[in-house]
Amino acid sequence: MNMNQPFLHIENLEDHLVIHSRGAWTLYNEPTIHKMLQKISPQKRIVWDFSGVEAFDSSGVLLFMAYYEMFKSQGEVVLTGYSEEQERMYRLLLKNRIKESIPVRKEGLLHRLGKTTVEGYDVFVKFLEFTGHMLIAFLRYFTTPGNIRMKEITYHIERSGVSALLIIALTSFLVGMVISYQSAVELAKFGADIFIVDLAGISITRELAPLITAIVVAGRSGSAYTAQIGAMKITEEISAMRTMGFDPFYFLILPRTLALMIALPLLIFFADIVGMMGSMFAASLELNISYGQFVDRLQEVLSVKHFWIGIIKGPFFAMLIAMIGCFRGLQVTDDTESIGYQTTASVVNSIFFVIACDALFSVILTEWGI
Amino acid sequence: MEKVIEAKDIVTSFGKTVIHDKLSLEVNRGEIYGILGESGAGKTLLLKEMIMLLKPTAGEMWVLGHKLSDISYQDAQMLRREWGVLFQFGALFTSLTVAENIELQLKEYTGISKKMRDEIVKTKISMVGLEARAGGLYPSELSGGMIKRAALARALAMDPKLLFLDEPTSGLDPIGARNFDALILELRELLGITVVMITHDLDSIYSIVDRFSVLADKHVVAEGTLENVLQSDHPFVEKFFKNEYAKNRWEKRVEADV
Repeated sequence: MNMNQPFLHIENLEDHLVIHSRGAWTLYNEPTIHKMLQKISPQKRIVWDFSGVEAFDSSGVLLFMAYYEMFKSQGEVVLTGYSEEQERMYRLLLKNRIKESIPVRKEGLLHRLGKTTVEGYDVFVKFLEFTGHMLIAFLRYFTTPGNIRMKEITYHIERSGVSALLIIALTSFLVGMVISYQSAVELAKFGADIFIVDLAGISITRELAPLITAIVVAGRSGSAYTAQIGAMKITEEISAMRTMGFDPFYFLILPRTLALMIALPLLIFFADIVGMMGSMFAASLELNISYGQFVDRLQEVLSVKHFWIGIIKGPFFAMLIAMIGCFRGLQVTDDTESIGYQTTASVVNSIFFVIACDALFSVILTEWGI
Repeated sequence: MEKVIEAKDIVTSFGKTVIHDKLSLEVNRGEIYGILGESGAGKTLLLKEMIMLLKPTAGEMWVLGHKLSDISYQDAQMLRREWGVLFQFGALFTSLTVAENIELQLKEYTGISKKMRDEIVKTKISMVGLEARAGGLYPSELSGGMIKRAALARALAMDPKLLFLDEPTSGLDPIGARNFDALILELRELLGITVVMITHDLDSIYSIVDRFSVLADKHVVAEGTLENVLQSDHPFVEKFFKNEYAKNRWEKRVEADV
């Protein structure tokens, strides 16, 4: 067997094998050298010569070590021509050789299933704890009004309320328009054109405006709360606050919750108006109902209770969104992935609970006959 | 002597705040070069400019023969494989275990088999003074000192020609810090790597740093070997080296050498 390669030159002599190592025994050449070494079958006696090695690094020396040990277990190996640096590198690496393997963190399906279940239960218990804590904080808040942090509350009303006006105007205008457009065709068939006002008026004020607003706010502010509080947790700002005696509930969570509870009903009111305008616009285009006619009819048919029901939902939705957002933020652990995970969970959870809460309202109000 | 890094008339400013004003320094091949300076003197910024994380406002930076201001994307990518960087706070990837952090570049850039990669990872872990068990842990499960060691192991994974260390011994215990110094010294001698380190550690400066520069008042106020720097009468040099503590450490070191 004679191989003449850039990194290895092998001489097959009568009673022994001579391996001449040459070139650069470094990281990028390692795979090539490794393949060549694999072809060498262990012999009784091997002479391994390193005088041709121009460069080496730890991966090259480690590769040598692996094969040196393998050859040595099969016969005699004589090393020649190595430099002092190579020998020192060998000794350094030999000293740092670990026999035990690094534990692998692989989790099977069952393990993951169990983990998810336990974690799910854990999150549930923690949320209950959070809710309890929140309730107590709320009560204490109002018994000692000095605790109320007006500056933070107004700041968050601005951030989550005022700056959301444009996007809420856009979405509710479009939704109002779509409702009118879709029903216009059907209503026209029955000649019941004017009933579009009843339909749009009730559906927008009672259901659509609160839902649309809550969903937009959950996506906008709920996620922001999670990310802010989560980042503060990673940078240990929350721990710092706690040690200084600033309860995160008073400084972070309650101001956000209260701000949202104030802002959301106002936003719903705003969405009512803009949604109605959208619907008015579509009605005049499609059914030739003038704005004047629309408003007159609206005053006639839309009883004020529908409007109030829509508004009343606001604080409930707001509380859900803010609580879930803040709770998820506090669940962030020390790694960057968890911020993304918790933010997604925050938005998904709050939209789900908003819709569930809305359904609950529907059932209760219908039972009561309102 | 061949220059590995050459910074020429570097100006760094953010708006009206000027951090570096026509700062120049040179790092030769095979030396351990220290960067010293007061807090806020822009040591880390200078390091970031060397590793292409930040562009200087003006001036020119050469690293391993590349002019950084007009380096092509391909050249930049190749250059990035030739150095290792230890960040001040580790900057380990939190979604990967320590072993995976160290293995990452080997896996992406070389065709080394899994078995040999494991060998390399294990030796690096041991070299920096960690146990095999630590390889399976996530960064969030490590202590501060362990993060530093794991980050050094990651910086060493590719056997880089050039090693950038941002305060490598801060956060380590004194024994660990000295072992760290010894390891850097050994690697320099065996592999001929060049090391650029930001450090405040007097023992490191006395024992392993060949040459260093002192950053103050937006300039390099002193550069060279310890003897050269000590001749400077800049207030920072006076304050840092000419006090009882520093003198004490120096004498201890001399005694230890003898």
